Amino acid sequence: MDSVSPAVGQALPRPAAHRRPGQVARLVIRRVVLGVLTLFLLSLLVFAATQVLPGDAAQAVLGRTATPAALHALRLQLHLYRPAAVQYWLWISSLLRGHPGLSLATQQPVWNLVSSRLVNSAVLLALVSACAIPLSLLAGVVAAVRRDRAFDNVSSLLALAVAAVPEFVVAIALILLLASAVFHLLPPVSLVPPGTSVWNRPAILVLPVLTLTLAVFPYIFRMIRTTMIEAMESEYVEMALLKGMPLRRRVLAHALPNALPPAVQAVGLTLAYLAGGVVVVEYVFGYPGIGQGLVNAVNARDLPTIQLTVLLFAGFYVLVNITADVISLLLTPRLRAR
Amino acid sequence: MKWRPSRSSAWFRAARTTRGRVGLLLVGLVAAIALLGPLLTPDSPTALLGVPFARPGSGHLLGLEYVGRDTLARVLDGGIRILPLAAIATAAGVGLGAFFGISAGYRGGAYDEIVMRTLDVLLAVPQIILALLLVSLAGASPLLVGTAVVLIHAPQVARVARAATLRAAREDFVKYSQALSDPPLRIMLTDVLPNVSGPLLVESALRLTYSIGIIASLNFLGLGTRPPFPDWGAMINENRIGIGQNPWPVVVPVALVAVLTIGASLYADALSRATAGIELGAEGVLVAPVDEGGRDA
Repeated sequence: MDSVSPAVGQALPRPAAHRRPGQVARLVIRRVVLGVLTLFLLSLLVFAATQVLPGDAAQAVLGRTATPAALHALRLQLHLYRPAAVQYWLWISSLLRGHPGLSLATQQPVWNLVSSRLVNSAVLLALVSACAIPLSLLAGVVAAVRRDRAFDNVSSLLALAVAAVPEFVVAIALILLLASAVFHLLPPVSLVPPGTSVWNRPAILVLPVLTLTLAVFPYIFRMIRTTMIEAMESEYVEMALLKGMPLRRRVLAHALPNALPPAVQAVGLTLAYLAGGVVVVEYVFGYPGIGQGLVNAVNARDLPTIQLTVLLFAGFYVLVNITADVISLLLTPRLRAR
Repeated sequence: MKWRPSRSSAWFRAARTTRGRVGLLLVGLVAAIALLGPLLTPDSPTALLGVPFARPGSGHLLGLEYVGRDTLARVLDGGIRILPLAAIATAAGVGLGAFFGISAGYRGGAYDEIVMRTLDVLLAVPQIILALLLVSLAGASPLLVGTAVVLIHAPQVARVARAATLRAAREDFVKYSQALSDPPLRIMLTDVLPNVSGPLLVESALRLTYSIGIIASLNFLGLGTRPPFPDWGAMINENRIGIGQNPWPVVVPVALVAVLTIGASLYADALSRATAGIELGAEGVLVAPVDEGGRDA
């Protein structure tokens, strides 16, 4: 934060009175309260979803051929004979104590199944962020500085195309190109034997990371390109130009710091979007992450696993949004004073 | 200034740009295959005709797929279940979102807060996960996929419609109608709606692109169309184990989905540029610098 703030001050000197730490704290608290409220409403929604099932949850899990005895046993396990409010309380209270229950598919604790997948997905997410964020920021800045020239036109069209095409189509196209029909450079699937780490064969990470990098490139690229163009046309950059300041310094010291706050929002949105993107991409490559786990759980009608996974995704989403809001607030003196 | 963008002119202006023309051409091409394809199928799309993943030849232009059905027949028959569903679900999602967004933006107060915070809950879950949650409840079905698409679009469209409504509600002609004590419903329909239709139009075109992507993705995950009926998304998943023997059952649907979504997106982009032009006013270039500052405020 502090590495960027002086640059903002340099470009747009502002009186110290505009920096009010209390306001930032109040906004953070407000956002956290809203986030917790959202998660609470969502947990109600996820719970209510199991209540509106045709028949009931036990019937949905076991299917139509289930014996009455098996149904009875599962209904006891899921507390389906208790009132809905009690069921919700039992579920949410044990979830908050760290006991999300047993998987209906494997009868193992849900947390055991989810935790190793969480680590794998986090690795994927971190690698994609490390590749995609600098790459798309750089491409966006270059495209803005060389507006309407070849690089800008090509990368803008690429961004438009990649943003339009669903991730699984990008993934399959990359598999066709790099791992099967045309070249055989990379493994087409990212299987990881149980108990081993994804790092044992780093090659399996390349295609999933490449797919997701392409998938998130357009959002950050477009946002930083638009805000950079606005900043480059602003009066303070024009002033710097008239003073004879070299291009590099106009871009890095003046335009970029002012174009960054919206880009931080775009990066936040991207990370939140990645959480959804991993579902399809992990499924395509057979990568043992939480997204593939969710698809498996949906196919097996494994309700406790589905509920926990959806809430984890939502929690991540809310957290990322709050973080992005706070960071862009800290980078923007104008918003801080509001 | 009481401008009322005519729908036909924005559609038309977008179609006259290069982007818009290329986009329409691509969408039209794939739409023609999807809609007319079922009439042209050479073989039954569900009949077993030979060895799985047989290479092209002997009357099968694109070879056979994973259980030995004709690839071309399934490609021609597999689009009809994506496009109409995408169009209907998009229309329903935009309609629902516009209803909530306009009414929340115009009425404000507690109603606004309740509606928008409720929709925010839907936004707190990644789109595809919302769809998976719904599908996990009642099993795979096109109806549920459509419902998921509606629920995904409605909150985002509502945000756009609400923001545009807030802008429109400040205009003099709305205040004029309010001063005449027109009923709120009538003001929303006759004064606000025509003035938010520009952003809504762009949003609809964008949403249609997303709808196609979401539906194709859900079908790819095996959560939409049920076998034995063909579907481009499902075909890609079913046949990818045989890429080495006969890549066509994967390559052709991948290309069709890609061309369709890229085309729709190009047209949406042209449309958004065309409506932005309308907002600059009839004199276009002359008033542009003045309006530019005013719009940001």
